[in-house]
Amino acid sequence: MRNGVKRIPGGVHPDPRKRTENLETVVMPLPAEVVLPMQQHIGAPCEPTVKKGDRVCVGQVVGAPTDRLAVPIHASVSGTVKAVGPRLYAGGRHITSVQIEADGEQTLDPALAPVSTRDPAGMIASVRDSGIVGLGGAGFPTWYKLTPPPGSTFDTLVVNGAECEPYITSDYREMVEEPIRIIRGIKLVQQMTGIRRVLIGIEDNKAHAIDRLIHASERDSEIDVLSLRTRYPQGGERQLIYAVCGRIVPAGQLPSAVGVLVLSVNTISAIAEWFETGMPLTSRRVTCDGGVVAEPQNVRVPVGTRLGDVFDFCGGFTSHPAKVIMGGPMMGVSQFSLDNTVLKQTNALLALAPDEINQDAESVCIRCGRCVTACPMRLMPSTMNRLILDGKSEEAAAVWHLNDCIECGCCSYICPAARNLVQSFRYGKAEVRLAERRAAQAAAAAGEEK
Amino acid sequence: MLPVCLTAFASPLLIMAGLGVASGVLLTVAAHIFHIDVDPKVTEVREALPGANCGVCGFAGCDAYAEAVAGGRADVDRCIPGGVGAANALAQIMGVDAGDAGPAMVARVRCQGDVGLAREKYIYTGIDDCFAAVQIFDGHKACAAGCLGHGTCVEACPFGAISIVNQIAVIDEEACKACGRCIKACPKQLIVMVERRQRVMVLCNSDDRGNVVRANCDTGCIGCTRCVRACEHGAISMQGALAVIDYDKCVNCKACVEVCPTHAIRDFDAPPVNREKAAAKAGAAKAKAGA
Repeated sequence: MRNGVKRIPGGVHPDPRKRTENLETVVMPLPAEVVLPMQQHIGAPCEPTVKKGDRVCVGQVVGAPTDRLAVPIHASVSGTVKAVGPRLYAGGRHITSVQIEADGEQTLDPALAPVSTRDPAGMIASVRDSGIVGLGGAGFPTWYKLTPPPGSTFDTLVVNGAECEPYITSDYREMVEEPIRIIRGIKLVQQMTGIRRVLIGIEDNKAHAIDRLIHASERDSEIDVLSLRTRYPQGGERQLIYAVCGRIVPAGQLPSAVGVLVLSVNTISAIAEWFETGMPLTSRRVTCDGGVVAEPQNVRVPVGTRLGDVFDFCGGFTSHPAKVIMGGPMMGVSQFSLDNTVLKQTNALLALAPDEINQDAESVCIRCGRCVTACPMRLMPSTMNRLILDGKSEEAAAVWHLNDCIECGCCSYICPAARNLVQSFRYGKAEVRLAERRAAQAAAAAGEEK
Repeated sequence: MLPVCLTAFASPLLIMAGLGVASGVLLTVAAHIFHIDVDPKVTEVREALPGANCGVCGFAGCDAYAEAVAGGRADVDRCIPGGVGAANALAQIMGVDAGDAGPAMVARVRCQGDVGLAREKYIYTGIDDCFAAVQIFDGHKACAAGCLGHGTCVEACPFGAISIVNQIAVIDEEACKACGRCIKACPKQLIVMVERRQRVMVLCNSDDRGNVVRANCDTGCIGCTRCVRACEHGAISMQGALAVIDYDKCVNCKACVEVCPTHAIRDFDAPPVNREKAAAKAGAAKAKAGA
């Protein structure tokens, strides 16, 4: 073991509250039904391939990808398709969803078989069929990441075991429970991409995970486990790359620009499982925690399970939750209904008590500069916020690098005036995108007139 | 030798007076040297325009449009807020024919699901702006098409014609000059420009099915087609689950207003929808469904 090479700039240190870290993962009994929204990735929604009344098996494709950034969606239970149609999903919009009533048999799709190909291109293509997306939260299709864009090559694989958000322990449990599978997954990724050097970055408050992975990778000289000083948002791609190899990803570019591929431990495990068993991504580990959850724990649930079912399995609520969040408390998305369902990228479900959230009303900026100190991207949140609220989003983007904001929430977390900083940045980015789109349309129209 | 008190008062007065005379001379000379001839027509045209600087004519503001008209580079009927009056005045100044100014228009908001009638999806406490609210789950209204009522259109209106009543945008027909700025501002594309003579309108933009609309809002179009059957002139048709009035056929008989069970069709000659009525009707329907 060695230490990380750099300390990330800025950042905050929220109370970790990892109460579930010593609890063995529990497999949740099958829910009565699952709802699979056709959008569980960046990219266009999938096209449903089943219709009402069809019988489906576990692992069967129910949504076929329609563009390059999409991956297929598989049935997570066996049973009968109850409905196919638009439904509100955890992303807040109406998306075509496939509702499956479980028959409890969990019949496997007979077509499932371990992946036999060991040719790199074939392996990457097969990762696409597995439906694997980045399981850390963003949902970026993994197969797409595995191919370096033209003109760049990978020389380092960074395995993300930082898990810097409070409450969440789903990556930690994977490292403690399945270290060997992670190492097997790393080998597969090395085979696909030809990368030799592997750096596993784990924050130093997860000593047990560091031990387990060092032990599992002891005979492998190419794999290095790095202990990183605990700091949020160290699990951010750019921050992690800086912490483990000291490279800075240029603004507006992807990690491939500096030759690095970043995958989270759960994603790597899912790749190993797919190659060894042929089982696509149909279930995942979710940390179910928060002040009002009776029995916080890590649960393995089929993708598409109702949030309410997961909370019920964890003993239900001891009192009415002030906020239910999908993902971590810093970057997660608040949920408006317990009928929303677990997505592939859902790593945690939190039901927070009133004293766990900040309910202060927004007040005026007192120019204390704490947001500037906290920003890991070295931006000026206070200035950008003022400009965006004045309707000058384009200036915020052009002069103050608004589009480099990673929306980690450090500024909003630290702000003593409880200003809605991150929201204003998302709003500003959307305005800039809209302005760009309008300008492009105007240019296209002008081109046509000529 | 003058008394001290006189000198104390006189010298600053003299200095100020001297400075005044000197700058007066300087400015007069400068005004003559740097004089630019302004086409009197520009001033005249500018005075005939309403001066809202709304930009709907396609120029940067009233001054730019006035210059363009006086220079013969723009038609006289481009000022929509000024309407027929401004077009005629401009035509007279320029000595041209005003042409056909087109029908008088007005902007209307296609939603009346206010805070008591439409359900919320979640509690929104963020930035008070519709465009910001839309970034989060498409807005906090349960209905994906509904007006969010943060008043982005109010800020856009140069005539103060829009106000937020019960968290919904309401346009004052008298004050609206049909410049169309609010249409661009609304992130839900709820505001449309229609001819002023159209007195009835379907004030709902949700194409959800009836049961979904009912669950979300007490005054949405539920696609029951009663208005289609009630219209003797065949002016109403269904676009999916939303009633649409064809104004080429509509004669403003208002038969549809009478039959609409959710008051989604509004008569613009009457006061706005009777909220108590809509709520009571929705309550009765719920009680019926419950029984």
